[in-house]
Amino acid sequence: MLNAVIFTPLGAAALLALLPSYRLSAILNVVTALLTLIAAASLAWHRPEMGPLLFIDDLNVVFIVLGSFVAFTTSIFSASYIAHELEIGRLTPRYLRFYHAMFQLMNFGMNLALIANNIGLMWVALELATLTTVLMVGIYRTPAAIEAAWKYFILGSVGIALALFGTILVYLAARGVLGEGIDAMVWTTLVGAAPDFDPRLLNLAFVFLLIGYGTKIGLVPLHAWLPDAHAEGPTPVSAVLSGLLLNVALYALLRFKMILAANPAAIAPGPLMITLGLLSLVFAALMLYRRRDIKRMFAYSSIEHMGIIVFAFGMAGPVANFAGLLQMVMHSLTKSAIFFTVGHIAQVKGSQRLADIGGLTVTHPLLGWGLVAGVAAIAGLPPFGIFMSEFMVMGNTFARDPVLAVILGVGLLLAFGALLMRLHGLAFGAPRGPTGPVEASTLPLFAHLILVLGAGIWLPPALVAWFEHVARMLG
Amino acid sequence: MHSLSFDVAHMLAGFLVLLSFMMLYQDRLGALINALAAQAVVLSLSVAWQAIIQEAPHLFITAGLAIGFKAVVIPMALRRIIVKLGIDREIETVGGTGLTMLAGIGLVALSLQVVLPVTGGSDPVSREDIALALSVVLLGLLMMVTRRNAVSQVIGFMSLENGIVLAATGARGMPLVVEISVAFSILIAFIVVGIFLFRIRERFDTVDVQALDRFRGERR
Repeated sequence: MLNAVIFTPLGAAALLALLPSYRLSAILNVVTALLTLIAAASLAWHRPEMGPLLFIDDLNVVFIVLGSFVAFTTSIFSASYIAHELEIGRLTPRYLRFYHAMFQLMNFGMNLALIANNIGLMWVALELATLTTVLMVGIYRTPAAIEAAWKYFILGSVGIALALFGTILVYLAARGVLGEGIDAMVWTTLVGAAPDFDPRLLNLAFVFLLIGYGTKIGLVPLHAWLPDAHAEGPTPVSAVLSGLLLNVALYALLRFKMILAANPAAIAPGPLMITLGLLSLVFAALMLYRRRDIKRMFAYSSIEHMGIIVFAFGMAGPVANFAGLLQMVMHSLTKSAIFFTVGHIAQVKGSQRLADIGGLTVTHPLLGWGLVAGVAAIAGLPPFGIFMSEFMVMGNTFARDPVLAVILGVGLLLAFGALLMRLHGLAFGAPRGPTGPVEASTLPLFAHLILVLGAGIWLPPALVAWFEHVARMLG
Repeated sequence: MHSLSFDVAHMLAGFLVLLSFMMLYQDRLGALINALAAQAVVLSLSVAWQAIIQEAPHLFITAGLAIGFKAVVIPMALRRIIVKLGIDREIETVGGTGLTMLAGIGLVALSLQVVLPVTGGSDPVSREDIALALSVVLLGLLMMVTRRNAVSQVIGFMSLENGIVLAATGARGMPLVVEISVAFSILIAFIVVGIFLFRIRERFDTVDVQALDRFRGERR
């Protein structure tokens, strides 16, 4: 099953690159994503043997099931999205063949990064996932899309290069204890032997890893690529960037944080992550006010949420880790749902400018109310799941460090205000722009929203126990 | 005092830093590409030397990749690009050469200061290689920051990547080095092909990234 999670997308990518019919490939894309999801879900029950290259534990199973689910729903959304893009001629069948192959190759890269037990392999896989998304971001080949892809490319490459430098330093630190060779790069042995590592080398390594993988997470001030990449690529790509790729980079950072946490003499990674998290939150919340492009606005909202998540993991402790984990799952589901609606809305209106969109609940009730629900959820309104996780982060922070809690609260309120202000213009009031009908696939949208709503009202005890266990693992 | 193996490794790594400095003040793209090719040759020698002293024959693959791909194929492709784009002319730097060089010296001092004290436990070859590799990485970053031209930013990235490969091969016995260098080569090939495919020149009449900034979505 472990192999199925990576080789299903890889095989499909090869097949999709050869298939000329775009209808067939859209279906194959969905089927592959479904098979991958089934394989990923089975990992939660049946745990394969741990190997030096691949492994699965309670932490990465959360990421991989979430990731496969979002990839599956996105593939359904993508099928209806690209049909429209073909109709208006923004994409040609040749580009679509490329797009589908890249989509599955990205899934391969992300799943491999998530189940890799070797920190070098994890790095290579993340690089692959980055490259494929760069190519998908630039697929429209407009000047803006090329600019976005180029920026993403350069910043992402620098980030990933610095992360590799950090990885090499971790190997150096481990070599002194575990000896030369493959053992010193296997995460499970690393974390076991971490107490004996040279703390100074680990400190230096973590700085590089935080900057490197932090670029991919979109932490301020390393976030410059993120809004452009979200805004200029096809919307399914925006959905997977926010819903998947940011999480994978976060996962990599968490793995290294666990190594550092196991060494008592190394610096505490917490304060660094708290600082960057709060900075991202407040900066992105302020930037939300000045957005004129709808996808760009939700991209900044992703930066804001990644800030909260990194902050929560930086605070550490069972409650904050639990909240961070929940926030991450809820954010992935909600943000990709929002991008599903935004994708169709932008297709109807023929524009992504906020000024061109208005009165959606009147003209397109399903999409309009879907957007209302999504934005309410992302802004942290009850009864949605994000309210619960944000409440937990907030409460826990207040109990431990009120000053940080005040900054967190201000950031959350700022973002809340900006999102609701924009939502009012988008969803209510007089309709603006074209009001033609739209062939939207609302299934993925509502599947996500129902999950987020359900999680806000009642979390299954099994899931709570699981998350609590993972939260303890994270230290 | 030190063995021959250390001296040669140290010399080659030092050469890489020197070539990074040379790149900082090249104000013509052609000369910059030559400096990059020279750095790739030195990198390949350095990796080959590591392969000999570590008795790790697989590193010869990385060395071969450095000399074949980075010293020959990529510079040729870049030269074709700049001729095609008609930009084989002066490139502007921000802050002037003197200031950039001073900043570069500061970065080298910083990386030595940061790495040498914390790697006391490692063998001397790794130690020096990592310190100098960090210098090359930081100088590459400096170059990417000071240049406004897309091609020279890419060259800055490649020199940064040379530093990473030096660090990876210098870390004795590190697994997956070959795989990582292959992955990097693919990345670089993508970047170079990217300049071709995106036809930055065709669309913007310039490869000045400041011109790209004007096309940011929000200023439409």
